[in-house]
Amino acid sequence: MYEGVVQRLIDELGLLPGVGPKSAQRIAFHVLAADPVDVKRLAHVLLEVKEKVRFCRICGNVAAEEECRICRDPRRDPHVICVVEESKDVVAIEKTREFRGRYHVLGGAISPIEGVGPDDLRIRELMTRLADGEVTELILATDPNLEGEATATYLARLLKPMGLKVTRLASGLPVGGDLEYADEVTLGRAFEGRRLLDV
Amino acid sequence: MRVSLYRDEGVVLRTQKLGEADRIVTILTRRTGRVRAVAKGVRRTSSRFGARLEPFTHVDLQLHAGRSLDVVTQAETLHPYGEALVSDYPRYTSGMAMLETAEKLTSGEKEPALRQFLLLVGGLRTLADGSHDPRLVLDAYFLRSLAVAGYAPSLDKCARCGAEGVRSFAIVTGGMVCGTCRTPGAASPAPPTVALMVALLRGDWDAADASETRHRTECSGLVAAYLQWHLEHGIRSLQHVERV
Repeated sequence: MYEGVVQRLIDELGLLPGVGPKSAQRIAFHVLAADPVDVKRLAHVLLEVKEKVRFCRICGNVAAEEECRICRDPRRDPHVICVVEESKDVVAIEKTREFRGRYHVLGGAISPIEGVGPDDLRIRELMTRLADGEVTELILATDPNLEGEATATYLARLLKPMGLKVTRLASGLPVGGDLEYADEVTLGRAFEGRRLLDV
Repeated sequence: MRVSLYRDEGVVLRTQKLGEADRIVTILTRRTGRVRAVAKGVRRTSSRFGARLEPFTHVDLQLHAGRSLDVVTQAETLHPYGEALVSDYPRYTSGMAMLETAEKLTSGEKEPALRQFLLLVGGLRTLADGSHDPRLVLDAYFLRSLAVAGYAPSLDKCARCGAEGVRSFAIVTGGMVCGTCRTPGAASPAPPTVALMVALLRGDWDAADASETRHRTECSGLVAAYLQWHLEHGIRSLQHVERV
């Protein structure tokens, strides 16, 4: 045990995800040895992020203002919405530079075993967004695991009567891998979604 | 020298995220019982495990025994039940309640539970082939898994005195009771509902499939209450189970 504030710092750091007692101690001593200006900057950013960052009132993505940068951008296609589980997924899709529409962040996936049902996600907000008829296509980009697939199935069933074009991101072989290591489900889906080579 | 590698087959019950790209997988295995193991790197798209360690998958595994958690070293799919279930929301939610019940009924880790394992595999197979109402499959699974665990409800004789001519269902007493043994709060189910419970417990699908919706609803309510009372736990998935 260290004295007073040093131990308190180690205890607080130890509450962070993936930080064990040894790592917390190492980070605490790094902070002790660091330039006071750097430490102040870190403390300031930590406070600022909690004070200023909120969730976009339209799509649920993290935003510095009431609406996020993507929802405010008039160049984005308002007719297509890509539905994702978390804000991290928005960043991953934005990196591809393939998608020019808007997003809707659900805040998770349906997981009955964890007690998370459709009412715990931002599905009601999505339905409100679709009510004015401006959106013509919805891309379901939930994770390609069981919970993500179940969420996509639930949404597809819910949206069917609205007559929208509902699409799901393709599943298949990862680029750069070996076919022999692909599992049966992934390989099966790759066959289902094969495309014509027009050369 | 102690052999730390072992092989078994099992059904994946639950997964939890661990660190950057790993998962802790809970598996009900044929020989070892319920096992918790780390699947390293399984969340990466390039993982060699792919979809093999998703819930509902019946897998052939090689595991490395660890001090607190084992480590999955190899996995081969035997039956990917999740593929059929995930495209049908009522079946998916019923299947999730089955997995959660299997986990709760096998309370001790690495205590062999062969009959629970076989029952779960059979239940998932029936659920995935789509031949019966998922609520019936779920209730049949609940009743039979309770029976395997030693909590089978008495349905034809009084659970307390053994008398014939039972009319009420008392969860606390352990099933149907006669007029003399009836406790306050006991339900009075319709005779076809009790007949449906008997059919589900015995695997008489012809009788179960012919039952009426109102009796299925009453049966589901009684079975769910009976299960949760005996487990001393709520089944979280149950509130999300969708009726067809």
